[in-house]
Amino acid sequence: MPTAKIPPVLRSSTGGEKEVAVDGATVGDALRSLAAQHPDTKSQLFGEGGELNRYVNVYKNDEDVRVLDGLETPVGESDTLVILPAMAGG
Amino acid sequence: MSAGVDSRPCGGKYGDTVAAIGHTPLVELKSLAPKPDVRIWAKLESHNPTGSVKDRVARSLIEDAEVRGAIEPGKTILEPTSGNTGISLAMICSLKGYPLKVVMPSNVTEERTQLLRMYGAEIVYSPGEQGSNGAVAMALEMAESDSSYYMPYQYGNEANPRAHYDGTAAEILEELDEVAAFVGGLGTGGTLMGCARRLKEADPATLIVAAEPLQGELVQGLRSLDDGFIPPIIDLTLLDRKIFVSNRDAVVWTKKLIKEEGIFAGVSSGAVAAISHRVASEVDAGNVVTVFPDGGWKYLSSGVYTKSIDELEADGTLETASFW
Repeated sequence: MPTAKIPPVLRSSTGGEKEVAVDGATVGDALRSLAAQHPDTKSQLFGEGGELNRYVNVYKNDEDVRVLDGLETPVGESDTLVILPAMAGG
Repeated sequence: MSAGVDSRPCGGKYGDTVAAIGHTPLVELKSLAPKPDVRIWAKLESHNPTGSVKDRVARSLIEDAEVRGAIEPGKTILEPTSGNTGISLAMICSLKGYPLKVVMPSNVTEERTQLLRMYGAEIVYSPGEQGSNGAVAMALEMAESDSSYYMPYQYGNEANPRAHYDGTAAEILEELDEVAAFVGGLGTGGTLMGCARRLKEADPATLIVAAEPLQGELVQGLRSLDDGFIPPIIDLTLLDRKIFVSNRDAVVWTKKLIKEEGIFAGVSSGAVAAISHRVASEVDAGNVVTVFPDGGWKYLSSGVYTKSIDELEADGTLETASFW
């Protein structure tokens, strides 16, 4: 099963869990699986139309899925989804 | 003679320090090239007057405001920064007669505070655990409540990427006939957006790759994901790939640059070197170009150059420091 890594800011919504095993063959399915297991994450991850929230970055292993195929990006059993808040530098 | 490439006289002749910004050397990283048909090049932005790529941006931001009549000597400039933009603004503002106030996360290295004070800037610290996002939020509040400030706002000002479109990328194209891939660090997005536009105009096939920091967990102290921040100048459609780099990998590659190339660079340079090597492994042939944003001087006190990776992990530096 793919694994979702949970950032500190979301851990109060996952009962403190840092990693959650998720189901699904796409990023979207995997994140919806996370939201099904931990319903408090749903409104933080997704907008009302089911799109990825603007300030949430999701990486398949280390690549941003927005620059791949977004929520349709395929994920395999051994992939890790890293969820991070969008942070700037400069 | 060891150059092996056509070189130009370094430097040039300029009327003042601000005019001397840019025109940085483009250096081949021979030991990092993974295959014979791929060459990796890095623009050494440490050669700018205050030692970072942000000299280009700060000059562009101030000159843009001057041209628009938005500022005149005596006007106080306010800007959020993780350090380098502030230092560059401080040098330029001190020469041009603009008082400068910067908002900066409290967990940056001491050197940045010293350099800002040296150039006469006033510093307001934002909560370190919120990183640059916290500095941006605080500066926006200050600007809203006091209209006497002028905030260039590097995150939302097209003068930022324009500095790279007109400068950094133009200089790269002066030296190289083709660019197979460009790797830039993602902070404000200025380097990537400006270079992407110019390089894609020259060759739409040029691959544009963003390397971004994976902040340590202790620098992700946001209250909610809604406190996330995406600089308005960033257009994701210009990026072909966006890859994060952990502080650990960035430091490993920063050390590798010293050992194998003799380059004493900042930690974000290690990050873009790591991704440049990876991209170079994946293209068949051609030039992979990157920008090393600054030298290592401002990060000496963090210990990254003198301690081992194990020591840096044990003492928490990799989790708590803010290098970008």
